[in-house]
Amino acid sequence: MTAPVTAASVALDGGVLAAEDVVHGPDAAFVPSRGFWGHVGHRLVRDPVAMGAGAVILLVVIIAVLSPWITPMDPYKGSMLRRLKHVGDATYWLGSDELGRDMISRLMLGSRLSLFIGVTPVLIAFVIGSCIGILAGYVGGWTNTILMRTIDVFFAFPSVLLAIALSGALGAGIFNSIVSLTCVFVPQIARVAESVTTGIRKRDYIDAAKLSGASALTIMRVQVLGNVVGPIFVYATSLISVSMILASGLSFLGLGVRPPEPEWGLMLNTLRTAIYVNPVVAALPGLCIFIVSIAFNLFSDGLRAAMEIRQ
Amino acid sequence: MLLYILKRLVYVTPVAFGVSVVCFLLVHLAPGDPLSAVLPADATQATIDEMRAAYGFDKPLPVQYLIWLWHVLHGDLGVSIATGRPVLSEVSRAVVNSLILASVATVIGFTFGTLFGFVAGYHRNSVADRAASALSVFGVSVPHYWLGMVLVIVFSATLGWLPPTGAGPDGSGNWRPDFDHLRYLILPAVTMSVIPTGIIARTVRALVADILAQDFVEALRAKGMDEFGVFKHVVRNAAPTALAIMGLQLGYLLGGSILVETVFAWPGTGFLLNAAIFQRDLPLLQGSILVLAMFFVVLNLLVDVMQTALDPRIERA
Repeated sequence: MTAPVTAASVALDGGVLAAEDVVHGPDAAFVPSRGFWGHVGHRLVRDPVAMGAGAVILLVVIIAVLSPWITPMDPYKGSMLRRLKHVGDATYWLGSDELGRDMISRLMLGSRLSLFIGVTPVLIAFVIGSCIGILAGYVGGWTNTILMRTIDVFFAFPSVLLAIALSGALGAGIFNSIVSLTCVFVPQIARVAESVTTGIRKRDYIDAAKLSGASALTIMRVQVLGNVVGPIFVYATSLISVSMILASGLSFLGLGVRPPEPEWGLMLNTLRTAIYVNPVVAALPGLCIFIVSIAFNLFSDGLRAAMEIRQ
Repeated sequence: MLLYILKRLVYVTPVAFGVSVVCFLLVHLAPGDPLSAVLPADATQATIDEMRAAYGFDKPLPVQYLIWLWHVLHGDLGVSIATGRPVLSEVSRAVVNSLILASVATVIGFTFGTLFGFVAGYHRNSVADRAASALSVFGVSVPHYWLGMVLVIVFSATLGWLPPTGAGPDGSGNWRPDFDHLRYLILPAVTMSVIPTGIIARTVRALVADILAQDFVEALRAKGMDEFGVFKHVVRNAAPTALAIMGLQLGYLLGGSILVETVFAWPGTGFLLNAAIFQRDLPLLQGSILVLAMFFVVLNLLVDVMQTALDPRIERA
């Protein structure tokens, strides 16, 4: 009886077997292969769209990290005399906002909070959702039924509605917006984790691990986690773009970041009053959200293709 | 078929129950007492206790839930704190406006989505295919509240062709199907249609390509059927899934319209939710979310039943 071989199972089996080979001695003619992740990396590098998207993400991350030191002007210092300067101004390269603050400096510093509130919920949800999904999928039975039917309830809410309902009830603030978005993504990731785990539960290598006397926890940690983490991770990366749009959307509504902190969604909201005076400057923060969101989507698509996971 | 519908109903009941629990608990998630927004800051303890008793907040949570559920099942969603009007009438007025907007957006999305999807599916790796792929990535990546702003900038602020906000020239909260009101609908509907356009285009493209690769299509062509005949077969095979996606998108749009409605000041549920949140009008918040979530649950059920009815290949498990 042979289990069907998938990219993910090859992945981790490959890794585990390689380690065992070393233990069993040098007599086998062992040629170190590139390994699963090596192959994924190799395919990813040859995908120009994914690489371009990755470069954009990297650039934004670098700007976000370095922004406190590299902004050309003070992002908080305004001047009522120099409000809403146009793009291409000699002093304000990308214009100035409704309080006369330098746009490019605020956009650069804004990338910090926008990335933080967009990526953090997906990271937390990736951890919590994977745990719930793997537990439900591996243990099965009543545990599965109870966990997954509870998850179903959250699927009865469209994500935008759930995010706004939760952060509306919790009140405005960065922490609350991260909590609400995490609650939105946990069920989605848990459902994927559960279905992937259920898919490998009956595989031979799980039986083998059981027969060798490994405890359920060890099997979940080594055999199961190793084999399911790839597909769950790819799914999680595809959520980052949605998360960024929603997180900035919450700030746009006044439910996330509070002024005067620069954040793209919030900047977009405060600049709405300026669309008749200086439309280009007013649209800039949204353009930033769009660029980062599309970069994450394209990179995630590339990663999925490289890992040969069907949508 | 009837048995299948009954089974689906049995399955939906616990979900609907769970949704009601979540909506009920929302109010209790709020920091502090749910009454703190209503009471004056210098209220005496006696007033607070009296109010708590009047609203039933002195009872244990499960009892409060059952009382609330009883009222909800009788169509009583409570009274809005801000306006003093019943929540149900506020919500139902807003739902009509949101439904108009979401339906028009879905129709636009479905029309363009299927069009692009069919062209792309028929001509794989052509320019049209690339355009359809780009469109679907654009649709799911663009922050729609920003797109709304950009459309207002272009078509209202710069060109002056269409009104930027509101639902009608009289500033009233009710949309009517005439030319003047139609102009107000165009920008928000187009903004909202971008997401379903992208998603439907991607789905239909995959469906059409999949169907065209099947043996029966080759058999149809081999027996001499013309392309239009084959096309009709493709449509019939793709329709159940495409329609199901369209139904679900309508639900997502209705629930997710808050951002777009805020940009365009469209007097729908999103606008109502926004007001409820910032006036800390918790009964209104709870009621609107319950109505929207239940609508989504029912819509999901209808889509499932419809898809099964249209496509006999789906197992009625």
